[in-house]
Amino acid sequence: MNWLGLLIIIIQSFVIALAVTTAFAYLTLFERRLLARFQNRVGPNRAGPNGFLQPVADAVKLFFKEDIVPSAADKAVYLLAPAIAVIPAIIIWAVIPFGCLNIDWNYQACFAESSSGVNNILQIADINVGVLYLLAITSIGVYGITLAGWASNNKYSMMGGIRSTAQLISYELALGTAVLAVVMTFSTLSTHELVYHQGVLWGIVPQFLAFVIFMIASTAEVVRAPFDLVEAEQELVGGYNTEYGSMKFALFFMTEYIKLIAVSAMAVTFFFGGWRFPGLEMLGAGMEELAGPVVASIAVGLASLGSFLLKLVGFLFLSVWIRASWPRIRYDRLMDLGWKWLLPLGLINLAATAVAFVLIESFVLASFMLLAFSLLSLAIAAGINRVPKPIDNVTYVSDVRSRAETGQ
Amino acid sequence: MTILEVPTPHDITEPALAGTTETMVLNMGPHHPSTHGVLRLVLELDGEIVISAAPDVGFLHTGIEKNMESKTYQKALVMTDRMDYLAPLSNNLCYALAVEKLMQVEIPERVQVIRVLLVELQRISSHLVWLGTHALDLAAMSVFLYAMREREQILDIFELVSGARMMTSYIRIGGLAYDITADFLPTVDALVEVMPSRIDEYEDLLTGNPIWLERTVGVGAIDGTSAVAYGLTGANLRATGVPYDVRKAQPYSGYETYEFQVPIGKNGDIYDRYRVRMAEMRQSVLICRQAVERLRAIGPGPYVTPDRKVAPPPKSEITHSMESLIHHFKLWTEGFKPPVGDAYVSIESPRGSLGCYVVSDGGPKPWRVHFRSPSLINLQGLHHMAKGRLVADLVALIASLDPVLGEVDR
Repeated sequence: MNWLGLLIIIIQSFVIALAVTTAFAYLTLFERRLLARFQNRVGPNRAGPNGFLQPVADAVKLFFKEDIVPSAADKAVYLLAPAIAVIPAIIIWAVIPFGCLNIDWNYQACFAESSSGVNNILQIADINVGVLYLLAITSIGVYGITLAGWASNNKYSMMGGIRSTAQLISYELALGTAVLAVVMTFSTLSTHELVYHQGVLWGIVPQFLAFVIFMIASTAEVVRAPFDLVEAEQELVGGYNTEYGSMKFALFFMTEYIKLIAVSAMAVTFFFGGWRFPGLEMLGAGMEELAGPVVASIAVGLASLGSFLLKLVGFLFLSVWIRASWPRIRYDRLMDLGWKWLLPLGLINLAATAVAFVLIESFVLASFMLLAFSLLSLAIAAGINRVPKPIDNVTYVSDVRSRAETGQ
Repeated sequence: MTILEVPTPHDITEPALAGTTETMVLNMGPHHPSTHGVLRLVLELDGEIVISAAPDVGFLHTGIEKNMESKTYQKALVMTDRMDYLAPLSNNLCYALAVEKLMQVEIPERVQVIRVLLVELQRISSHLVWLGTHALDLAAMSVFLYAMREREQILDIFELVSGARMMTSYIRIGGLAYDITADFLPTVDALVEVMPSRIDEYEDLLTGNPIWLERTVGVGAIDGTSAVAYGLTGANLRATGVPYDVRKAQPYSGYETYEFQVPIGKNGDIYDRYRVRMAEMRQSVLICRQAVERLRAIGPGPYVTPDRKVAPPPKSEITHSMESLIHHFKLWTEGFKPPVGDAYVSIESPRGSLGCYVVSDGGPKPWRVHFRSPSLINLQGLHHMAKGRLVADLVALIASLDPVLGEVDR
């Protein structure tokens, strides 16, 4: 690798790290404004136009908070934990293709299966084990939370830490099976190739079941509502971050939101065609004819980036929506759901995927067969797992005295 | 015969300090997000399973009962607002009824209708806070703000009649503080109109939600016999299927003339308490409708008893009548002197059977006032309902018991 390539990668990493932290800041604003809309409120709108500077104000406030270390804490681990949590959250982004902007000004390379000639500036690294990398890095994050809970020397923190360990381990498996099914469908571990293969059909069609499992497991993985047991404020005060303040708390906060964006980006990449959308290739061809290859590349790059971000925002909206409407699931039910439902469903899906693609030649036909299978199995699972709603448990009596006297 | 188990914090902390236990002692509260104020619970936990839960009360002790002994009967009424701060009008009513019973004052019908109307509105507003915080404790955060929206409307009505939104002191001994205003009835109409559909909205969000059902059905259950033995009242008792409601059992303020039903549950779990309270809100709306109708039929009239020994004469009379001036002077300088004796009145407050016991030694100040506060007594059953459940269930359980710590500690 020459020094120029190295420089480009350093700049790319720098830009993406900054972009991701900025995205986190504005995601908090997005969430607060949106939640306010769901709840008949206005939300933060004082700092800057429409509250646009609110994240800045929040960050400044946290910077100026006193940095406290509890006297009984395990100091080294206590200080290290936020870093352990936040680093994986940021380095996840290395393999995610945000779009496709070919810097050799050849937009067609974006639509080629081989990732060798892509030279995509909107993806830092297209490594051939990209998907494994994603899984590996997302699981490292649990250490930060667990260690934080343990090192704080606080009972609530420890309970949060224990919950996080249990929760993340259980959902890691389900997440793995869902991603594995996608990998089996498209026979690749490279994220660029995953996106390439979704040119025909988005991953959600053959892997609908995997998508559902992925959504549930990834929400649990990033401890978002309704799986936010780790920091359930009503139960554990602050959970693992009870004893954290100032920027150390901000790092945990950041981790959580960046991971939320990251798993949403993963969902887009695995199931919603990544940066692709129908007509993108035509756009490139048209622009090339009109204004030459440079403009065509840039147009494809911007359009693909826009499409990726749009899909991403869709997922983030969904996440906020869920947070606004649903109660929190209970610890034991969470484990139950992970081990007794998601994991078996994931395994069944793996088997079905294998059988479908071996038996049926046509990719499209196999995909739709799998979609039908997914819907069927989901319906069955939902039917068995349905919580019966008690009926007639409230009756009305009007003559209380006589009933009380008869001794009922 | 049910054996009552109400562990004290010492029962849990002493063996733990002696090092003879393998369990974890968790001090939950007094500043914890979901102990509804300053309730302190000492928990003995095995992992996340609650083995023993000992409520420790007294962090909000304000000495209200003792304070009332040094104030005249009228002035003492202001303190009752501060007990159950989510239902000040119910407290006003309970105290006023007790003193009126002591003095044997006749209350005009119009006043009684207004009292019933206000107390039922208070019940709805209090249940709305319960619903909001209960849902919030299970992390269904939007319900809280929706409930606050309607509560706001009700507080506006209180502001309209009394000038205060929460600490109203509106129901006075012998009647009310002032007459209702002209736009009172239309405002109540507007609320009564929207309320049923709003209750439907809350139920849409919660009643059939699978996570809500998982968190509430069968959790924190208590059977009717134990509930009676622990002295639970209100919706917590009715959820177990025991049909006890003071409004029906010992009617006051003319409740026997209203048509309403008492919803009762079956299993005594959190879900049944939730359903019972939701149904109660609907019944309260019905009572409000009837009261509004009656008030329209009665038209303008007195807002206090004509008994000048208890309630002050109207201002206009004071300038003409010597007697009125004397009454006014005596009432505000000395207060009235009930005969020697005592009186106990219990009413159905939003939290259960609220009792007020007033003892008079013949002087202008009560010799002793005691409140039977349902919140405190409902908390006694906490250990019984919580043991063997998870911490998360305990949080839901506290919310479903709906204690108000101001009333627990008084």
